[in-house]
Order: sequence, then C-alpha cells, then structure tokens
Amino acid sequence: MASEALQVQFDTEAQQKDASTLGMWIFLITEVMFFGGMFTAYTVYRRAYSDAFAVASASLNVTIGAINTAVLLVSSFTMVMAVRAAQLGQRRMIVLFLVLTLVFGGIFLGVKAYEWNEKFEQHHVPGPSFHLDGVPQQGHAQLFFSLYFAMTGLHAAHMVIGVGILSWLIWMAGKGRFTPEYNTPVDIAGLYWHFVDIIWIFLFPLLYLIDRHLPK
Amino acid sequence: MGSLGLFPEQASTIAPDVDHLLYFLLAVAAFFTLTIFCSIFYLAIRYRRRSENELPRAIHGGTALEIVWSVIPFGLTMVMFTWGASIYFNESRPPDNALDVYVVGKQWMWKLEHLGGQREINELHIPVGRAVRLTMTSEDAIHSFYVPAFRTKQDAVPGRYTTTWFMPTKVGKYHLFCAEYCGTNHSRMGGWVYVMAPRDYEAWLSGGASGGSLAESGQKLFDELACGNCHKPDGSGRCPSLTGLFGKTVQLAGGGTVKADEGYIRESILQPQAKIVAGYGPIMPTFQGLVTEEGVMQLIEYIKSLGPAPAATH
Amino acid sequence: MNTADVHEREDYLNVSHGLKSWLLTKDHKRIGLLYLATITLFFFLGGLFATLIRIELLTPGGGLVSSETYNKLFTMHGVTMIFFFLIPSIPAVLGNFFLPMMIGARDLAFPRINLLSWYLLVIGGLFALFAMLAGGVDTGWTFYTPYSTTYSNTWVIATALGIFVAGFSSILTGLNFIVTVHRMRAPGMTWFRMPLFVWAHYATALIQVLGTPVLAVTIVLVFCERVFHIGIFDPALGGDPVLFQHLFWFYSHPAVYIMILPAMGVVSELISTFSRKPIFGYRIVAFSSVAIAVLGFLVWGHHLFVSGQSVFAGMVFSFLSYFVAIPSAIKVFNWTATLYKGSVSFATPMLYAFGFIGLFTIGGLTGLFVASLGIDVHVTDTYFVVAHFHYIMVGGAIMGYLGGLHYWWPKITGRMYPEGWAKLSALVIFLGFNLTFFPQFILGYLGMPRRYHTYPDEFQVLHVLSTAGASILAVGYAIPMIYFAWSLRYGKLAGANPWGASGLEWKTPSPPPLHNFDKAPVVTYDAYDYSTVVGEAVEVG
Repeated sequence: MASEALQVQFDTEAQQKDASTLGMWIFLITEVMFFGGMFTAYTVYRRAYSDAFAVASASLNVTIGAINTAVLLVSSFTMVMAVRAAQLGQRRMIVLFLVLTLVFGGIFLGVKAYEWNEKFEQHHVPGPSFHLDGVPQQGHAQLFFSLYFAMTGLHAAHMVIGVGILSWLIWMAGKGRFTPEYNTPVDIAGLYWHFVDIIWIFLFPLLYLIDRHLPK
Repeated sequence: MGSLGLFPEQASTIAPDVDHLLYFLLAVAAFFTLTIFCSIFYLAIRYRRRSENELPRAIHGGTALEIVWSVIPFGLTMVMFTWGASIYFNESRPPDNALDVYVVGKQWMWKLEHLGGQREINELHIPVGRAVRLTMTSEDAIHSFYVPAFRTKQDAVPGRYTTTWFMPTKVGKYHLFCAEYCGTNHSRMGGWVYVMAPRDYEAWLSGGASGGSLAESGQKLFDELACGNCHKPDGSGRCPSLTGLFGKTVQLAGGGTVKADEGYIRESILQPQAKIVAGYGPIMPTFQGLVTEEGVMQLIEYIKSLGPAPAATH
Repeated sequence: MNTADVHEREDYLNVSHGLKSWLLTKDHKRIGLLYLATITLFFFLGGLFATLIRIELLTPGGGLVSSETYNKLFTMHGVTMIFFFLIPSIPAVLGNFFLPMMIGARDLAFPRINLLSWYLLVIGGLFALFAMLAGGVDTGWTFYTPYSTTYSNTWVIATALGIFVAGFSSILTGLNFIVTVHRMRAPGMTWFRMPLFVWAHYATALIQVLGTPVLAVTIVLVFCERVFHIGIFDPALGGDPVLFQHLFWFYSHPAVYIMILPAMGVVSELISTFSRKPIFGYRIVAFSSVAIAVLGFLVWGHHLFVSGQSVFAGMVFSFLSYFVAIPSAIKVFNWTATLYKGSVSFATPMLYAFGFIGLFTIGGLTGLFVASLGIDVHVTDTYFVVAHFHYIMVGGAIMGYLGGLHYWWPKITGRMYPEGWAKLSALVIFLGFNLTFFPQFILGYLGMPRRYHTYPDEFQVLHVLSTAGASILAVGYAIPMIYFAWSLRYGKLAGANPWGASGLEWKTPSPPPLHNFDKAPVVTYDAYDYSTVVGEAVEVG
C-alpha cells in the first residue's frame, strides 16, 4: 500500500517516473526497428511477386483477422481504463481492467492458434507439403506464407510476453501496490501493450487485405 | 611502379585510370597524414609542459578555421567521388562490340563458355585489344570474379546475372581470383586469364569447340524441351514469338516495359510468372530444375541468333 | 591484498564483499569492472585466433591448419572481436563507470537493467563459445547468404543466437545511457557543459538503440531460413541473397561507429586534460559525434558496390559516404588545434591519444579510398579493406580504450600503474601495429583477396612482415595486463586527481564511494575549466 521506495539514483519520484517512461518509449523505438526489418523484407517481396502475394493473401480468413483486430483494439481500451483506474487509486477496477485486457489478449492468441491450425490443414504451411491453388509458382506463395508466419509469430511472441507482464501486474495490483502516487508499471506496460496493438494494425491490412477491393 | 612490387600490372584500359585516381588519393592522404603528424609533433614539443602549475589560456574555437577545414576537405572528397564515379560508370557500360563470354561460378571453380562453344575451367583465353563482356551467375553461394591486373571485380550471384567488362591491353597471363568467401576452397578457386595476340587467339578458338557453338547447343536444347510447341516463330502459338526478341522493349501485362536482355530471358525460363507479356496469359511452366545455368546460357544465345521478326500478321 | 592504504575510507570496492555482492550488484562501477573482466577474456580469445591466422599465413601453402579450420579461425576472430570485445568495450567499461559520475549522477537510470546487460553479454558469449568449442563456424563474421543459410555445415545457429543475445546487451546499454543523459544530469549540468566523452556515448547510444534491432531481426530471418528453409534468401525459392546484405549492413555499418565514437570521446578527454585546455571547438566536436551517428545510417550500400547493386545506388552511397568522413576529419583538426598554446604532458594516456590520432587519420583517409567507386571495385574484398578497418578498430578504437584505461585507472583502483613500462608498451603497440597492418594495404592493392587460406608465392614477403608485426603487437598487449595486475597491489597510491583533470569524476576520492557523490554537485562552470583545478596558476605564453 506504500508507494515504491524512491530508487537511490533518483532525486524525486517525478524524475523516477519520467525516466521509466522515457526508457519505455526508447525500448518501443527499438521494437519499431526490429519489426521494421521484417516489414522491409515483406515489402521487397510483395513488390517483386505481387500476383502470387495477392492470391495468397486472399486465401487468408479476413473475418477472423478482423475479429482479432477488434479484440485487440478493445483490449487497448481496457488497458487505458486500467491505467486510469490506477491513477485514481481504484484497486478493484485496476484488477478488473487488467484481467479484461488479459482475457482479450488470450482470445487473440486463441484465435491466432485456430487460424494457424487452419493453415496447417489447408497445406499452407511452408514446407514439403505446401500447396496453394491458383499460383503457378509455388515458391513465391510459400514466401508469402513464410513471412506471414514469421511476422505474426513475432507479434504473437510479443503478445505472450505482454500476457506475462499483465499477469504480474494483476498480482501486484491485487496486493494494492498501485496508488495515485505510484502507478508507473501500469503506465509503461500500457505503452507496451498499445505498441503491440499498433503492430497488429499494420500487419492486418498488409497481410490480409492485399487487392481485396479489386474485382476478381 | 610495378617493378617496385607495390602495384599489380596494368593490363586493361581501365587500369591506368584506376591507378591515377589512386595516386591522387595517395597524395591527398600523404598530405593530410604528414600535416597532422608534423603538427602534433611540433605543437606537442613547442608547448610541452614546463611546470606543474601552468594554466594555459582557454581558447574555445575559431569559426573561420572550422569553416576552412570543413570546406576544403569536403571539396577534395567531392573530387574523389566524381572521379571514382566516372570510372565506375565507365565500368558499367560495355561497348557494343564486346566479345561475350558466359561465366558460371560454383564451389570451387569457374566455368567459362565462349560463344563458339569452347569451354574452360578456371582459365579465360581472350584476345588483346578487344572488349570482353562477362555475363555471370553462380550455382550455389555468392562468388566474385576478380582480375587484379584489370582492376575489375564483380560478384557472381545465384539466381540472377551480373555483368562486367574489360578491354585487355597487354598480352600476358594474369591472376584470376574468387573474391567473395564461399567456403572451404575459396582460396583455391582461381586461375589465370590469358590475353593473347589475335592470331594466337584464333588458333586457340579453333582448337576448342567440340559440341558446336553455344547457339547450336541452345537450339538442340530448345527442341529437346519442346519450347517451340508454344513459342512459334511466326507468333501464332499461345506464347510470344522469340524471333527478334533479344534487345527489344517488351510490353508487360499490368503496364510497364522491360528490355529483353539476358537477365530477362533467364528469368522468363526459370521464373516465368515474374513478368507476363501483355496480351498473353501466365501459362508458361517453370524450367527450374529441368535446365542448368549453362543450359540457360545456351538457350539465350540461341534466341539471340534468331533474326528480326518476319513481317507477318498475327 | 594490502588494502589498508587505499581503502582508508569506505569506497565502492570495500563496501561489500563476496561473490554475490559482485554478481548481484547494482553499482554501475562494479558492473563496469564485471565487463572489464569479461571483455578482456574475449580479447585474448580473439587474439589467440588472430595469432593462429598470422602464423598460418607465414607460408603461401598453408600447413598449420586445414582450410576448414582456417575459415573457422577468421570467422571466430571477427565474431569475438567485434561482438564480444569492441562493441561493449569502452561504453560498457568506461562509459558505465564514468558517464554517471561525469554528469553528477549517483548511478545510471536503470541499474538493474545495467546488470542484465552484462548477463546478456555473458550468456551470448557462452552460446558463441559453445559453438566454437563444438566445432566452430566458418561463414565469416558477415555470414553472407546463401552460404550461411544453405551451404555451411558449421554451428551457424548457435553463433547467431549468441550474437542475437549479445545484441540486446548493447541495446539495453544504449537505452540506459540515453535516459541517463536526458534525465539524470546534476543541477547546472546543461547539455553544453557535459564532457565530450558523454556526448560521444550519447551518440553511440543512439546507434545502439536504432541499429542493433535490425541485426536482431536479420538473425531471426537467417535462423528461419536455415531451419525452416522459408526461401527468403534462397534464389531457388525466389528469394534474394543480396537482401541479406542490405539488412546486415544496415546495422553493421553504423556498428563501426558504435566502435569508434566512444574512443573519440576518450581522446577528447585525454587531449584536453594533457594540454590543460578546453577542446578547440567544443560544440562542433559535440555535434560532429551526433552527425556521425546520423550519417552513419545512410551509407550501408558502400559494402555492396560489386554485389550487383544498381549503378545509381552505388553512386548515391558513395556520395553519402564522403559526407560521413567530414565530421571525423573535423574532430582530428580540432584535437590538433587544442595543443596550440597548451601545456602538453606526455603521460601514457596522452601517448595513446597521439597514437589514436595518427592511426585513425590513416585509417580514416583510407576510408576515402574505399568510398571511391573506381578504387573500391579493385580493392573490395582484399587486404586493403582488412588494413583499413584494422587501422580504425585497432589503431583507433583499441588505442582509445587503452588510453582511457590508463587515464582512469587511478580513479578506478586508487593506484597508479608504472609509467615507464606503460610508455614502453604504448610504443611497442604503435610500432607492432604499423608493421602488422601497413603491409596489408600493399597486399590488398596488389590483389591479395581476404579470407584466403592459401595465396600465390609473390605475396609471401608482405605476409611475413605482417606476422612479424603481429608478434610484436602481442607483446605490447601482454605487458599492460601484467603491470595493471601488479599495480593493484604495489602501485603508487593515486590521490583524487593525479592528472590535474577537470570533470566531476576527479572531484571524488580514488576509488570513489558507492554513490559517487554524497549530495548532487551543483555545476556552475563549463567543461574543461582548469582554473578550478590548478593551484597557483602560471600563465603559459
């Protein structure tokens, strides 16, 4: 119930919070560069093999992708509510919203697992048994799916880490560790969660929505 | 200079240009190195500490000096850039009458094929005084075709063609090295370039070819693979005519154009879906795995040998 | 250990004892020392590989080791030296120790993340070490595809994982430094009162944070390619092997600035202290560090001039590469100008600073050669490039590191090293270095390619000269190890400020107390203000 002790290297709690927040922003910038490398590879190959990529993209389940997008957006909303609750010192609300965020994150991951399993059944997983109809050059389509799995996999790994962080926050919140004076962990975890959400906002159109507006 | 053992022989038209640029760079480097070394030496001794309590006057900077020693070096670097870029530009444009040689690098040897069908391994025989253009690829890892005496180097990359050219100016025998690390025998993947007097070169050529010229081999392969079933010479088949194709600008489906060079033809054989000609469908199967890189080169030479398109209606 | 003299009062070394107090420390100074031990071990490992390489190259035919082994030796030499020695070196040892002190802080912003950074380097190093012991890796430190993804039969993934983990060590250090400089400066310590060492580390941290993640994702893609054959770099599946080169060099070119900028920061401190004058053109030098960091991200394509990259791209990258040379040149001129009307001392750190300027100048000038398209076509992938980067990395970065180590040794340990031996080894290093690497410029222009186990006979003389130099250089590096260790017990006691240097770190006792300052200093003067340091000032004419 007491706020976290001021760490010895800081002069004031405001400085401590400021530093933590800046640190998280910088970390998120490194994550942008990290995902950026894969986005670059994706862009290069999409330009080179636009037809095969369009066919492969069309085989993805847009409905499921859209549902997952909505789920993540809602989870970002509940995360914001958790931060707000922390600022207001409402212990039960913090736990509630963090749990909801966790649940939505879990739904996202569950849906993703279902999707991946579907890919496996449709033989869309790169490997010896890969086959996609309507694409003369299977190698190009396989490249799409390799990037699909790499990028959504990397994203999912970040979600799993996020789920872990949320679990820890829920435990801390349950013990009343967050107060209006001290709620930095919730704040910066929120930043991380929003970032993971934004990556998905980019992934969804890039992967699922290629040329969908064009007549077949 | 070569006699000092400090420089390789100059055996191509571009080699003296490269060496002259080097001399300029050496002069600039020597100038600045000596200036800095001597300045430090002089200043450090002239202003050496004579007593422990010395306190020099703080001099914080001088804008004029900063400008001078930014602008002058910058000017010099721009000269270096322009000079080097012009040599590079030159190196990217082989003359039209260059002799074509095809090169395939593989672990750990160079396979070279002359148009007349003469094949070489780790050796290249060429005539003095004629431009030679190499069209290269690799069967496995990235290699690099390097002839120090010519001052030229170009990577051989699997999956695509790269080209380089040179015009030898001196009869002789020059090192050929692989210059991109490619595994165990990277340092043994080399040989010699033999620059010969024209008569000797003709004699060498006539001794070599056993299987016919590249174009003839290409025609055989073309028939074996039944390319002609679709690619009819008068264009009446399901696929574009190949007569007069080489060098033409091709209209692509979905807009855009491409020049039908060696790289385009290779890609069309191995990855036909990459570029579809306007007015045709994506029906060509890939020949990846059915034809080797040398086979592709033979087919390209065959296609080059097909004359301009007859004035037929379609 | 005779600690009674040095540790009359409590300091960071004697405040707690035992292994746990070191392995679980949050003190940036102890973490700096943990790094010192780790990277020194890696330096000697990398040096061992170099020794074997140079011995092998004494003869054209090769006889000491097989080609397979030789290829592993140069790969592991590069990997060890770059990722496990040079990249951490100055920032993780001297930066960790002194950046907080220089700005008047009690520690870095995130001490626990600092400790994590060290563990990540150790774990990454263990992966790489495992790979080396299990059989080695032979792709070259640049692990170009498709050789590394399809054709190499060695421990590529283990090594790549080691580098991946070590990369996060670098990222977190950079993150820590950036937040510290932004948020932890003592009252009155404005940006333009900070020592240039701090500016250099700030610029380095920007590169670490922005560049290293791209290396990380490149390694992930190499992993996927090698394990799952996804085809991203495999031409048979439509992939592009040159895409790897773009992704790799996008990090690895800025990485070279990670390795040199901190050394430049050290040199600024040394030149100033041992001329007893502010660095000429302080702001310009500060901005030049940031300019190098920014411009360094724009030139990666100069590693791809003969890769099949377009002529236009080659022109753009060559042009931009000349821009990044200018800020470095400006620094060299400013350092030299600082000596003018100064009070120049020839203490060992200053000798290293002079050595740095000389050798970095040569190395940097040869950068102008390789930036020139016409020349690079001839010398790329030859010993010319090897000589170029060793002049900067060894002649530059390592001399900067050694200079800094000697300079701050009294502050770190409370003891002086023996000056005579130190001067001697500096000289031996300088001479050994030049003999090792200058012949390599000639070898390169003559056409000797790099990464060659065997070579034509006519190159042997130059190789023998180079190996002779290497043996001298090895002696030069061994001597300081001995006297530094010796000094811990027998070195003369150093006071708080044996050099008469400015800078907040010299206003604390040697060794410093745990939290550096009892209360945050208030800064009212610029950096390099010696009037506050020298007692009875005597004007210098």
